[in-house]
Amino acid sequence: MAVTSFDPIVSKRLRIPNSHTLEVYLSNDGYVGLKKALSMNPEDVASEVMTASLLGRGGAGFPAGRKWAMLKNDLVKYLVINGDESEPATFKDHELVEKDPHQIIEGTIIAAYALGVTQAFIFCRGEFALGFERLQSALNEAYEYGALGRDIFGSGFSLDMVIHPGAGAYICGEETALLESLEGKRGYPRIKPPFFPAVIGLYGKPTVVNNMETVSNLPWIVINGGAAFAALGEGSSAGTRLFALSGHVNRPGWYEIEMAKTTFRDLIEHPDLGGGIRMGRSLKAFIPGGVSAPWFGPNEMDMPLSQDAVAQAGSMLGSGSVVVMDETTCPVRAAWRITKFFSRESCGQCTPCREGSGWIERTMRRIELGAGRMEDIDLVLDACDNISPGLSWPPKQTTICVLGPSIPSSVNSAITMFRDDFVAHIKDGKCNYA
Amino acid sequence: MPESNDKITVTVDGNEVRADPGELIIEVAERAGVFVPRFCYHPRMKPVGMCRMCLVEVSSPRGPSLQPACFVPVADGMEISTESQSVQKAQNGVLEYLLLNHPLDCPVCDKGGECPLQDQTLAYGPGESRQVEEKRHFAKPIPISTLVELDRERCIQCSRCTRFANEIAGEALIDFFGRGEDTEVAIFPGKPFDSYFAGNTVQICPVGALTATPYRFKARPWDLEQVESTCTLCSVGCRIAVQSSANEVVRHLGIDIESVNHSWLCDKGRFGYLAMRSETRILEPSLRENGELVEVSWTDALEKAAALISEAKLVHGPQAIGFIGGARLTNESAYAWTKVAKAVVATDNTDAQLGDGMPAELVLGLPRATISDACKAKKLIVIGEDLKEVAPVLFLRLRPLIEEGKIDLVEFSTHETSLSKLAKASIPLVPGEIGTRVRALIGFIKGTKDAGEGIGIDVQEIKNASQALGSLEDNSDLVVIFSNSSAIENTQDLQAGILALEESFKNAKFMPVLRRSNIFGALDMGLSPNLLPGRVTLSGAKEYYKKQWGSVPEKSGMSALEMLKAASESKLKVLVLLGCDPISDFPDSKLAKDALLKVDTVIFVDSLANSSLDYADIVLPASMDSEREGSFTNLEGRISRISKKVSALGSSWPDWAIASELADALGEDLGFGSLDDIAKEIARLAPAYQGLRSTLSLRSEVDEGILLPVTSTKVEIKRKQGDPMVHLGLISVEHQGAPLKSGASNEPGVYSDEKQKPEIGSTVSLISKSDIKSDINLEPETEASGAKSLRLVVTRRLFDRGTQIYNSPFFRELISEQEVRIHPETASSLGIDNGGKVSISGESKKVSGLVVLDNRVDQSGVVLTWNVSEEDVRLLASDSEKSAHWVEVEN
Repeated sequence: MAVTSFDPIVSKRLRIPNSHTLEVYLSNDGYVGLKKALSMNPEDVASEVMTASLLGRGGAGFPAGRKWAMLKNDLVKYLVINGDESEPATFKDHELVEKDPHQIIEGTIIAAYALGVTQAFIFCRGEFALGFERLQSALNEAYEYGALGRDIFGSGFSLDMVIHPGAGAYICGEETALLESLEGKRGYPRIKPPFFPAVIGLYGKPTVVNNMETVSNLPWIVINGGAAFAALGEGSSAGTRLFALSGHVNRPGWYEIEMAKTTFRDLIEHPDLGGGIRMGRSLKAFIPGGVSAPWFGPNEMDMPLSQDAVAQAGSMLGSGSVVVMDETTCPVRAAWRITKFFSRESCGQCTPCREGSGWIERTMRRIELGAGRMEDIDLVLDACDNISPGLSWPPKQTTICVLGPSIPSSVNSAITMFRDDFVAHIKDGKCNYA
Repeated sequence: MPESNDKITVTVDGNEVRADPGELIIEVAERAGVFVPRFCYHPRMKPVGMCRMCLVEVSSPRGPSLQPACFVPVADGMEISTESQSVQKAQNGVLEYLLLNHPLDCPVCDKGGECPLQDQTLAYGPGESRQVEEKRHFAKPIPISTLVELDRERCIQCSRCTRFANEIAGEALIDFFGRGEDTEVAIFPGKPFDSYFAGNTVQICPVGALTATPYRFKARPWDLEQVESTCTLCSVGCRIAVQSSANEVVRHLGIDIESVNHSWLCDKGRFGYLAMRSETRILEPSLRENGELVEVSWTDALEKAAALISEAKLVHGPQAIGFIGGARLTNESAYAWTKVAKAVVATDNTDAQLGDGMPAELVLGLPRATISDACKAKKLIVIGEDLKEVAPVLFLRLRPLIEEGKIDLVEFSTHETSLSKLAKASIPLVPGEIGTRVRALIGFIKGTKDAGEGIGIDVQEIKNASQALGSLEDNSDLVVIFSNSSAIENTQDLQAGILALEESFKNAKFMPVLRRSNIFGALDMGLSPNLLPGRVTLSGAKEYYKKQWGSVPEKSGMSALEMLKAASESKLKVLVLLGCDPISDFPDSKLAKDALLKVDTVIFVDSLANSSLDYADIVLPASMDSEREGSFTNLEGRISRISKKVSALGSSWPDWAIASELADALGEDLGFGSLDDIAKEIARLAPAYQGLRSTLSLRSEVDEGILLPVTSTKVEIKRKQGDPMVHLGLISVEHQGAPLKSGASNEPGVYSDEKQKPEIGSTVSLISKSDIKSDINLEPETEASGAKSLRLVVTRRLFDRGTQIYNSPFFRELISEQEVRIHPETASSLGIDNGGKVSISGESKKVSGLVVLDNRVDQSGVVLTWNVSEEDVRLLASDSEKSAHWVEVEN
């Protein structure tokens, strides 16, 4: 495996000064994809996306084309773009919304055209203050430019778009909680059935919810064709993907990488990418796809960045965030910090997640602070098991949404991979990493 | 549940069960005899699947998975396991989680002993806690209303209370605040949980998080005894469990009756028992001597009463004696008093209504709708008072259905009501215009008139109403609920409107709403001029009753208004007040005072002191609810039981015994040695009640009560077995040896076979439409003059200064201020601001109040509230016989 060379897709404008403005966007192929799409049949646009086998970039990795095909036909239907990126270590949408908001808007219009939707919403994380401001300006520019509103570019297609800031809850990134929030209600994930927003979504109408990065690929796919996209990557992991690399590497940041062709080792160690682990230390563990994902160790370093391969190994590429932990990292503390995040962000609807997350967090903290008991290790695992029975992968759950089974991922990984560290904390009555 | 013959088959723990598609797993399992533990699920609310207690293992193409039984519908061939290892682990896990932060308050918690969290932990939960950390703490308890206290530490976030408030009552005054572990139920800053229905959240709370202030620390569940009874605080007749400890009533709980109250109660009914031990309770008979009431024996009091009645009858004839009131009585007591008045004294001067109701013929003469009819109707017309104020639980049954769009509502109202925002059309009313506006609507539907032409209302509303009601052809799905829209006016105009509707919508059903207690029972028992027991008229049933009773009045008697007028002219000599207070409740307070002052003798039969007591010459103490037995007839004409739970206080007697003994003192025998004798006589004689064995034998049908007249020998609906998660406090007390139905008799209520029915001597026809007076004078007798240009409307509130409310410290705070509802344009032309204090001047008096701008008030009217402040709004009115009163509103 190696780092392949290709023309970047979603990140091509990110390093250009003032890339967020319409002027710069237009001089770099801006709205070319939309104009081409509008000259095609909506069905043909959708079929290009199907051919591209573009996987959703929000975390679950569901093929976008198939999601579109599920949209129930109705007089009123909606398109909602999920930009509520709030998970620790995940920052790819943050880059896209700050540096290339027009690309998101253009992708959204293309998706709306393909779906026959006339009202779209972008739900953007409220804390992206600059990004939100730029998205708003871009939206105004797009309206002025004629890319939005009535009769876009004289095509007869009309679309209105509303930007909505999230109010600071991670759970609103869960698509049904996002829809509730957008409707002005508490951000509670909806219980199934109905199983898909594509049937009953926003205001009870069929709705497609796509991630910001997912739609950012659309202008390129329309210009270059779905087949060109599918030619990149391998198998079901087609195209390129924006990875957010953080933790103990020399060059943390975002990197657009061809999927399945590149390995974790390439991403972490290649001088043009992560540039290796800081201060020449060795790797302890890494999280392959955001803090909801089970951890990997040095043995998985040569695994390709492929959705299927990672899933088979018992984790997920998730939101594309890779977190590197070097040998000086306390796994107890790392898992505790992640649990604390989930505990704070549980919506409080389901008993196991609401009560379990807090209990697990407090027990983990006690172990980290040196007050743990030997039985606490299995206790924590059993508490995790009551949220995600069997602690298997893909996870089972006793809760409505997947925030619940996200809690055990890191705890279970830390205990399974580094049980000795837990025992040492308890025996020594302190954290030896501190 | 969809109506379908296509049953499907599922297996629950290996046993095959037939089910309807769409039925929830939890319901199907329950029918199969398998109880799935649950907290958040309540059969009268929409499921949310939040607590995760009801997880069961369900087969699917991808293998078995844990699913919430309260949310997932069954599918054909589904295999459900409620006790597999993984289910047990999940149940154990959820309970352990719920207990992590739940305080060990059980020894001092009201819920202890009847607590689903305790019970389900014992059955499905872990034996001990594995948590060593400190539990979550909150300040506790905090009052969230006058009647309800909240303990957030005990809360398990099941959302039953918040969903009830939002989904059923439509008042989202409590909700979750915060997130995750910090989630807490709270009220909005500065806005208490002032809902008429707040007490229901206490009843459905599965832990001790919500407790009722009056009940806190009063009793432990294992000390409680209970009996099933009927609430008598309005005419809906909600079924209740009366629970007592140490011979004192300490709690009312709602029972789930499919046809009536679905387990809900209003707070007035739930906490009304508090008046039983009020300081104003009358405990001993007394006579007025030298201006003071002096306690005497029952014998002395009754002999004195009999002597005065006999003397008046001898000197002035039976017309000189009158009986006002009777809505507070049981059916049997009302029958006994009717017999005293009409057979013994031989006067027809009886009126259970106090001049603020509706003509008895209008109430009894139309095809009557049941509550279920109203709930199943597609179209509903509501005319008159705000249902939430006069029949709260009827409102509660209807509101969610209207909100969901299952019922299209057209409302005729004098002001914005609790249903206005949900109505398809809301047509403003002033008294005197009901007939005109109803006819305008009918005219528009018929296409004979332009909408609202020349009657001064918004044309769009008439169009909306017409659209909602559709054609005049098929109206079997239309129900009309009506009441008097202004307490100080006569109802000629309402009668005209109702008759017009009846004429045009041939298959519609009607539900008259009279707010007072057992008023429908009192009318059925003949406590009204020109009526005899069993929904028959004096003229129609004279011969029949003469044969049975020996004597009946020769001519029709006087109404309450006529009696009070006669008394003020010294033509009436003896006035018997049967649990009523004309001084506070009669629309013309001047006339009432004058009448009570001038009448020679006032015989006052009641349980609590009221303003009219000051005029009483003879006081006879009556026992209250839960101290007496009997039956109740609600606004549907449904009969149910009133049961005794505690001994009567002081020397008070049940009313029927007072009537019977008074007759005895008058030298006549009513023939009633026991309550049972009366109950059997009613069933034998009163035409609408024939077919019952007795008004008290309701045992096998106690579930739903019996609709009268009895049309079927079989009563099909049976109450579902008690659900420990719905009837929290009921089942646990029952388990402790106090069966709920202990007050009911063992006999079936109706004859199971037509042939067993006793022969009736003659056929008497029940009151029908033809008995309703149709010569109606619609011209107002007075007109606006000068500055007094606004038509006065007086409406009712659930909580006013009525006796039973004003004597309870918990209720007194709920009495609202005097509001002056006025149309914004009228207000601006008068220079009046919203919220400002204004004075209203009428005939002889001024009243002050706070302005509420309400664009559903007619521009020619102003709406005030009855009996909420010391200032008497009735004094604004002119003569009570006039059909219109005019006032001036100034800053």
